[in-house]
Amino acid sequence: MTDTSRERILSRIRAAVDRAQDVPPPERDYLITHTSDDPIQNAELLQRNLSDYRAVVHRVTPTGLPGLIAERLAAHRARSIVVPDAVPDSWLSACAIARHRDEGPLTPAVLDTVDAVLTGCALAIAETGTIVLDGGPDQGRRALTLIPDLHICVVRAPAQIVSSVPQALPLLSPSAPLTWISGPSATSDIELDRVEGVHGPRRLEVILLDGVA
Amino acid sequence: MSAAFLGMPPFPRAAEEAVHNTTLRANLRHATHTIRAKRAKAVAELSDWEQLREAGRQIKDHTLRHLDRYLIQLEAAVTEAGGTVHWAADATEANRIVADLVKATGETEVVKVKSMATQEIGLNEALAAEGITAYETDLAELIVQLGDDRPSHILVPAIHRNRAEIRSLFADEMGKWGRAAPHGLTDSPADLAEAARLHLREKFLRARVGISGANFMVAETGTLVVVESEGNGRMCLTLPRTLISVVGIEKTVPTWRDLEVFLQTLPRSSTAERMNPYTSLWTGTTDDDGPRDFHLILLDNGRTDVLADEVGRQALRCIRCSACLNVCPVYERAGGHAYGSVYPGPIGAILTPQLRGTGSAIDASLPYASTLCGACYEVCPVAIDIPDVLLHLRGRIAEQGGPGHRVERAALAASGWVLRHPTVLAATEKLAAATRGMHPRRPPGSGAWTTSRELPDVPTQSFRDWWQENRR
Ligand code: SF4
Repeated sequence: MTDTSRERILSRIRAAVDRAQDVPPPERDYLITHTSDDPIQNAELLQRNLSDYRAVVHRVTPTGLPGLIAERLAAHRARSIVVPDAVPDSWLSACAIARHRDEGPLTPAVLDTVDAVLTGCALAIAETGTIVLDGGPDQGRRALTLIPDLHICVVRAPAQIVSSVPQALPLLSPSAPLTWISGPSATSDIELDRVEGVHGPRRLEVILLDGVA
Repeated sequence: MSAAFLGMPPFPRAAEEAVHNTTLRANLRHATHTIRAKRAKAVAELSDWEQLREAGRQIKDHTLRHLDRYLIQLEAAVTEAGGTVHWAADATEANRIVADLVKATGETEVVKVKSMATQEIGLNEALAAEGITAYETDLAELIVQLGDDRPSHILVPAIHRNRAEIRSLFADEMGKWGRAAPHGLTDSPADLAEAARLHLREKFLRARVGISGANFMVAETGTLVVVESEGNGRMCLTLPRTLISVVGIEKTVPTWRDLEVFLQTLPRSSTAERMNPYTSLWTGTTDDDGPRDFHLILLDNGRTDVLADEVGRQALRCIRCSACLNVCPVYERAGGHAYGSVYPGPIGAILTPQLRGTGSAIDASLPYASTLCGACYEVCPVAIDIPDVLLHLRGRIAEQGGPGHRVERAALAASGWVLRHPTVLAATEKLAAATRGMHPRRPPGSGAWTTSRELPDVPTQSFRDWWQENRR
């Protein structure tokens, strides 16, 4: 049945456009970026745009990173955290929180009992205030950054920051599952009042790790 | 289309009721004006908006012209990446395929991401008939489902409901579907969202089958894209073992690079955000991450008929942003239900009668549910000339119905309705005065349709000037 439908749909399409003029591929005279490519400005823009959508953004140098992470986990009273394999041990060296590796792997039910997740990212987009995850070893499976209520994401600045969506796409591989995150989960479905955290993490904290190439 | 929409009264009667429902009108007015103002601001941030809009138009037109080729390429890429592709000529076939796939898993429950395509084919009802319960997981869709109601807006489907109504729905109905709402539930949006979170999380964690649509499908790579805010989409796309996506064939774009256009124009046009909170992109299946089985159902269901219409085919460019709803003076007063289909507002007025044909009274009345003010065209991120298609369809209806024919009566009643409603008409006339030369020689009303086929092409420049000066 499906095979005949395939042929039927394709032949209907051919009949429908048969006499139409050819339409060439698009001209792309839009901009590749709307901002300067200055890394300092880009980091500031990323910070502003992420904050606009109620992500909490911090900036820190590598020596301050473990202290900041410990402080943020304490601020959210997180008692347990899941950490993808390639997140450096040193990032959590200043706290004694219960630590899960994604071994087994962890079931959704177990992840639901974990308070936080700490990851890196594939890249971040300044103009839109977006961090992109591609399942790389410091980000883990998609479920890890979905079920726990607090997501702390470390962005290496300026190395991982691009200005715009057109700059981001060529750097990403379609063969990896991608998750673009612009602020925490949100809904405006009830009288257009914005409420954070319906299903994804209710809190997104982004740490710009400065001076890392 | 969905059984829920059978027996709908034609547009004017349904609209009449909506106009007299003051709560509904207040909700709609607030919603459309709020989103409209935010959208204009988000769009103004991009100095190359017109170029992006033009590129979007060109990409879609090019794709539609070579849709056979791109669908075959898409099928090969999805298959290569571990997915299975099915083709469905109509709603019945699509529903049959989904039901069989779900049954093959042995499951009787599925979680769903908000999807216009599955609403269009009445999937939930079809699954229910097979003993399968489909849970809507978008907050607004959950509200609609619990209320045994119909969506009234593409983006915010429960916009016709206020918080007090939602509170009592949750309190009364949630327990029948799973975890009950907490005792002492208030009507604060945060409290209501929390109740939905608890209710649905239970379902997400045990779900073995997820069903979605997609905003885009990339032929070159086989990638599907879902754009959302709440994270319910991510839950449905990644936690189940089996993922079934039902997608209209027109959602295809040729290349990975094409996403750079639509991922800029869609969020700003729909939720007025620089980027929506979550965008998920996946290609087939990935070992150890996400579903093990992925099925893509390519849905025709009337789309090839739309494609065959030279003027009307541009409706297939639509990326379902809903910007046209929020600027439409008729939608604002009539509400989404009056359109009698899952596609409300200006896009519904041109898409529905093309997908379903104009044989029924409601479908024949839809091309008249407009003041032809042109605001929908101005905001459309893929430049669909909705007024032009409306006039074209009016001509078609005029041809099919002789005097006294029932569709003709319904159509005239719709244009009469627009004329009888002062706010709507005032909006029309204000625009007409400011845009001399681009409006129909006579306002839409008795007899106007007979001349509508000879209307001059609508130049857009003067209207655009007006819009620039007057929008807020
Ligand atoms: S017709 Fe245009 S404005 Fe309306 S929903 Fe579709 S893309 Fe958006």
